[in-house]
Amino acid sequence: MEYSSLTLHEALGLLDGGQVSSVMLTESVLARIDAVEPTVQAYLALDRDGALRQAHQADQLRKNGQAGPLCGLPVAVKDVLCTTSMPTTCGSRMLEGFVAPYDATAVRRLTDAGAVLLGKLAMDEFAMGSTSENCAFKVPNNPWKPGYVAGGSSGGSAAAVAADECFASLGSDTGGSIRQPASLCGTVGMKPTYGRVSRYGLVAFASSLDQVGPLTKDVRDCALMMQVISGHDPLDSTSIDRPVPDYTSALQEGLKGMKIGIPREYFGQGLDPEVERSVREGIVMLKDAGAEIVEVTLPHTDYCVAVYYLIAPAEASSNLARYDGVRYGFRDRSASSLLEMYSRSRSKGFGDEVKRRILIGTYALSSGYYDAFYKKASQVRTLIKDDFARAFAACDLMVSPVTPTPAWPIGDKADDPLALYLSDILTLSANLAGIPGLSVPCGFNGEGLPIGLQLQAAHFDEEKLLRAAYNVELRAGLVGKKPSLA
Amino acid sequence: MKITREEVRHVAKLARLDLTDAEVDRMTGQLDAILTYVAKLDELDTTGVVATTHTQQVVNAFRDDVVRPSLPREQALANGPEQNGESFVVPRVIG
Repeated sequence: MEYSSLTLHEALGLLDGGQVSSVMLTESVLARIDAVEPTVQAYLALDRDGALRQAHQADQLRKNGQAGPLCGLPVAVKDVLCTTSMPTTCGSRMLEGFVAPYDATAVRRLTDAGAVLLGKLAMDEFAMGSTSENCAFKVPNNPWKPGYVAGGSSGGSAAAVAADECFASLGSDTGGSIRQPASLCGTVGMKPTYGRVSRYGLVAFASSLDQVGPLTKDVRDCALMMQVISGHDPLDSTSIDRPVPDYTSALQEGLKGMKIGIPREYFGQGLDPEVERSVREGIVMLKDAGAEIVEVTLPHTDYCVAVYYLIAPAEASSNLARYDGVRYGFRDRSASSLLEMYSRSRSKGFGDEVKRRILIGTYALSSGYYDAFYKKASQVRTLIKDDFARAFAACDLMVSPVTPTPAWPIGDKADDPLALYLSDILTLSANLAGIPGLSVPCGFNGEGLPIGLQLQAAHFDEEKLLRAAYNVELRAGLVGKKPSLA
Repeated sequence: MKITREEVRHVAKLARLDLTDAEVDRMTGQLDAILTYVAKLDELDTTGVVATTHTQQVVNAFRDDVVRPSLPREQALANGPEQNGESFVVPRVIG
């Protein structure tokens, strides 16, 4: 057996029992990366020497009885999180070669807990996209079917976990960017409540929607990662000062007393029949575990995509104004004036999707259009948020698909931005409402592509998400099922 | 048409983006499709609805104004495409 194929908590058990060292785990994962990375293409940066050095230190700490909760476990993070030990490109030419002067809080919490940082994972440029095809450097492949998308924008984070190229990873979720690739790659992925995890050092896309979260091999691993990364951070004024519960104690068998709602709008047109069948089977598992299933309604679901694709680009156009070729990032050297330098640097540094969103956002915020677009979208956001508040008065959790379809071939939808935006319909409302959501594998389609089940909860109800997901996982019996790579 | 080529050029200028003619053509078509789609929000009457800009009830997070060490100049300049050890260097601004 290869150690790299273990879950995070299994590897932790072996470390705790003295049966394996962090160096052995790290070497096993590095060997796995050597074997499958030419196919998977998940890593934008790999810090081989640094990882082995950290592994040696972790083994020493463990020997001295100073092991933190993730001591010696090799993990990787999406390249949107700042790291001092490796470049942070955000998947963009604009930030090629950029080395941050500080570590993101979520990364620092991992390394403070003893985790070994292997590398940085591929993503859509500035986290804008649903397939990771907008990455300027490489496009990650779905480990279950190379040549198919891994999803996005945290495609590398999902592919690396599914391919055993790390024990767990971090991603970021602005409209589904953790849950969607988790679903397409058959991993667990959680978008925490807005404010649960610090955004300090997370390169900003849409600040009122962005949230950092884990992608893992099973639900227990998700709880372990959440335990470490959650909590208030004085460096992020939007992080919430609220105690972090013991997430692993939420992993209990049985769902008696839990009411789970099916939002009828999430099973509408365009839903792939195999996805629907798998998710319906997942709902039966929840019921078998003792949950009461009720129907709920989210009447403004049909407006979520429109609201999102005004608010997110508006915030992005403001956040990305900082890339001016002065303090960091790409500079065009042919310009003779300051203004020319700004616009040439930005035009050459940004890719098409980023430019498209900057243009939409600038338009929606511009004089004469602000009321009709940005303000209108922010008002409808209130209606969407109220829908969720009403629904959660009638149930503890909501269950639905994560994506309308399983993964598709790379290149298939690349020319139709609006069609891709519409495929985000089931995930982006959680970001608009600020609530937590999770994807847990519940089945496979006839082609062997994974299908995820989405659970959504009220603000700060991550424990309920974990408990329900744990029960789906126990019944689905898919943990340990691996893609046949290399 | 929700947006014209001229408007796309104007917005690009506001956003400090240079677009080629081909890019303007492509973006105009794509932006028009997106803006036509988002116009469905007009179906909803939002009179009197308060806008949501933030989902949590956060108030300003203040801290005491105490002097603390900040990023050393060398580190702050390290990623500058052009710098002279003291400041970032840009093309001449005033002729």
